[in-house]
Amino acid sequence: MSETCDALVLGGGGAGCSAALHLAKRGLRVILLERGLVGGQASGVNYGGVRQQGRHAAELPIARRSREMWGRMREIAGTDAEFTVTTHLKLARNAEEEAELVAYLDIARDYGLSLRMVGSNSIHLEYPWLSNSVVAGSLSPEDGSANPRLLAPALAHAARAAGAVICEGTRIVELSYAGGMFLLRAEDGREFQAPLLLNVAGFWGGAVAEAFGEKAPVAPMSPNMMVTEPLPYFITPNIGVVGGNVYLRQIPRGNVIIGGGHGESDPSKPWSRALPEVSLQTQAHAVALVPELAGAHVIRSWSGIDGVTPDHLPVIGPSRTTPGLFHAFGFSGAGFQLGPAIGAIMTELMVDHATDVPLDAFRIDRFQTAAGDTP
Amino acid sequence: MRIAVIGAGPAGVRAVETLVAAGHRPVWIDEAREGGGRIYQRPPQSLRRDARMLYGFEARKAEGVHATFERLAPVVDWRPETLVWHIRPQARRLSTQHQGRTQATVDYDAAILCTGAMDRVVPVPGWTLPGVTTMGAAQIALKTQGCSIGARVAFVGTGPLLYLVAYQYAKAGVTVAAVVDTTPFATKFAAAPGLLRGGATFVKGIYYIGWLRAHGVRVVEGATPVAINGTTDVQGLRWRGSDGREDLVACDAVGMGWGLKPEAQLADLAGVPFRFEPLQHSWIPECDTSGRTPVEGHYLAGDGAAIGGADVAELAGARAALALLQDAGQSVDAVRVAALDRALAGQQRFRIALERAFPYPAALAASVADETLLCRCEGLTAGELRAAAREDHDVGPAPEMNRAKAFTRVGMGRCQGRVCGPAAAEVLAASLGRDVASIGRLRGQSPVKPMPMLVPEATP
Repeated sequence: MSETCDALVLGGGGAGCSAALHLAKRGLRVILLERGLVGGQASGVNYGGVRQQGRHAAELPIARRSREMWGRMREIAGTDAEFTVTTHLKLARNAEEEAELVAYLDIARDYGLSLRMVGSNSIHLEYPWLSNSVVAGSLSPEDGSANPRLLAPALAHAARAAGAVICEGTRIVELSYAGGMFLLRAEDGREFQAPLLLNVAGFWGGAVAEAFGEKAPVAPMSPNMMVTEPLPYFITPNIGVVGGNVYLRQIPRGNVIIGGGHGESDPSKPWSRALPEVSLQTQAHAVALVPELAGAHVIRSWSGIDGVTPDHLPVIGPSRTTPGLFHAFGFSGAGFQLGPAIGAIMTELMVDHATDVPLDAFRIDRFQTAAGDTP
Repeated sequence: MRIAVIGAGPAGVRAVETLVAAGHRPVWIDEAREGGGRIYQRPPQSLRRDARMLYGFEARKAEGVHATFERLAPVVDWRPETLVWHIRPQARRLSTQHQGRTQATVDYDAAILCTGAMDRVVPVPGWTLPGVTTMGAAQIALKTQGCSIGARVAFVGTGPLLYLVAYQYAKAGVTVAAVVDTTPFATKFAAAPGLLRGGATFVKGIYYIGWLRAHGVRVVEGATPVAINGTTDVQGLRWRGSDGREDLVACDAVGMGWGLKPEAQLADLAGVPFRFEPLQHSWIPECDTSGRTPVEGHYLAGDGAAIGGADVAELAGARAALALLQDAGQSVDAVRVAALDRALAGQQRFRIALERAFPYPAALAASVADETLLCRCEGLTAGELRAAAREDHDVGPAPEMNRAKAFTRVGMGRCQGRVCGPAAAEVLAASLGRDVASIGRLRGQSPVKPMPMLVPEATP
């Protein structure tokens, strides 16, 4: 016996849960299929940055739209998932990096994102806890952070309330398309059918696309994350650096969340873990940036599995092979902030067949060479 | 062959002894400065006292473990005051930090994890007041520092350690205000036939209880702790007797504990599967009776594998080392292996009776009052955890422990759930109306214990 509905959403990350919510709100009968628990991989274990600054220009329209939704998250999902406008401060540690920050100001302005350059004099006045290795910073006043452990479950909870069916613990082992219907079979034999299928399966999205004859090179990527014991609250902005080898933020409770580099993973289990050498290297970068962190106790490290593409941009848009199939995967470590808007945008694509957000840069066939094969 | 032994308690000492006798020179790591483990922990040199005074009936065993340690430490790669904070079983590499300062990695071909145990705690209103410690901590204060946790001390909990520590305190001249056992006499009595298998161990247990009563110490059985009174320090211990009446003793410190649980985070990081052991009412890493785990090259011994006490640990340490040698293709003394297996099997039968005599009070843990602090690191009450199990929870109900951690922060603090984990699992399982074994356990993550970030090398 198979369950039939209007749209299947494959993957319970932030984007998938948001899509289930938006599709259900448009009156579609939606079933979301998730192998583990919603928000169990990249969406749930990431750093929690709600950041527009520093993104590729092509991502900024989505990020702008998502930021607007983050501001209404309590209304959308019933909780703000601890979203806080902390500002985001991106730091330069030499003149070259500073030039990169300056160059980005114009890109941001084109998309309505206002940034403020903080020069070498004022940066140490405004942020006296930064080390002398910092020469300048770029401040994004409307960026912030949220609790990644809460977003996907909250959106899934809201989606359920809107009528979507969320099937956790449902591992899909077979996908097919015939007669205008997608047929997905789970490991336990259950079958699901719909004329629309949204592939929001993160790293596993590449395999889903391939099942329909589309190649998108996606590699597993595991963020190497850790957190300190609570310290007096002094790091108010969400901190990044040019080059990105360390990023850190402190929550008002006092814990400092630190990321940088990559851990190890085995997507077949799925299993992932921070790597000790990477953690130590990142700790050194963090202390070099904020000397007061020296001696603070790290109490936990973790990782998860995201999918990274060769150009570090996601695949977003309709399938080129199969009508009714839509993709949004491979967010390459930067999808948490985008998740809410992706759900809304994909709903527009699937229901209205159009969206105002330019998506050309994210086409799935961009990886194809002249020979028609992936490089 | 590069062998690593982690832990220098009774299990670690006997494992290393066996390996050295077979011609190996293992890397041997412990967080402490010296061998002996928690059970036979020694005072610093300036506070050294007679072993008989420190370890009572166990003095001879303690001296045996210490003497063996001292003989072995110089002939192996002994690394004291070193925390193993991560293990990578595929790479067979340990990450260690010495004295909170120096990082080092250790590559190994085979490892024996002898990581010991820690107290199991049931939160009681007032349990975070200064002056409240675990039973194990109370004992270590006495053994190692020659300190009492108070001038007038009450002990609450269950298990052999309850009576032993109370006895040791009273012998040391501390006023023991009361010994409050949550297990009724009838439960212990029912287990008595099995306990007789323990021979001397059982007799010692009876002796402690008798001695305490004979010296006028109040011993209450089948009690339910109500609260530890006080606002800034401990003023008294309140409980409800088996007859339902409330009672109170004045005291300035409380030692509490409900048996022990394995300190098995390294086994967890090493990828050893865990199973819920109903009798110990605890998640334990899987290994066979020789200490072999399903992860090749990784062995467990002592309380870190399953709670068995110091005598079992000595046997299991030797046995695990022999298993390692066997697996490496070295010939071992079959008679010795058989003798160890027999001795371990005998101990196991006694252990089963002991667990029946002093069961973990799961119902008590599950019924911790809503307003009682459950996770002290994160300041989370039992009521807040219960709320996360409800259908109307704002991000949906948490169906298992790690999701509950994600939603509420339970077990996310400095202790990483080592203290609050067992009670939190009972609270969550009861709220979900499910069996505690079905809601999983908190995943281990490195570092195994909080680890200071180091100052990068200063550039001149």
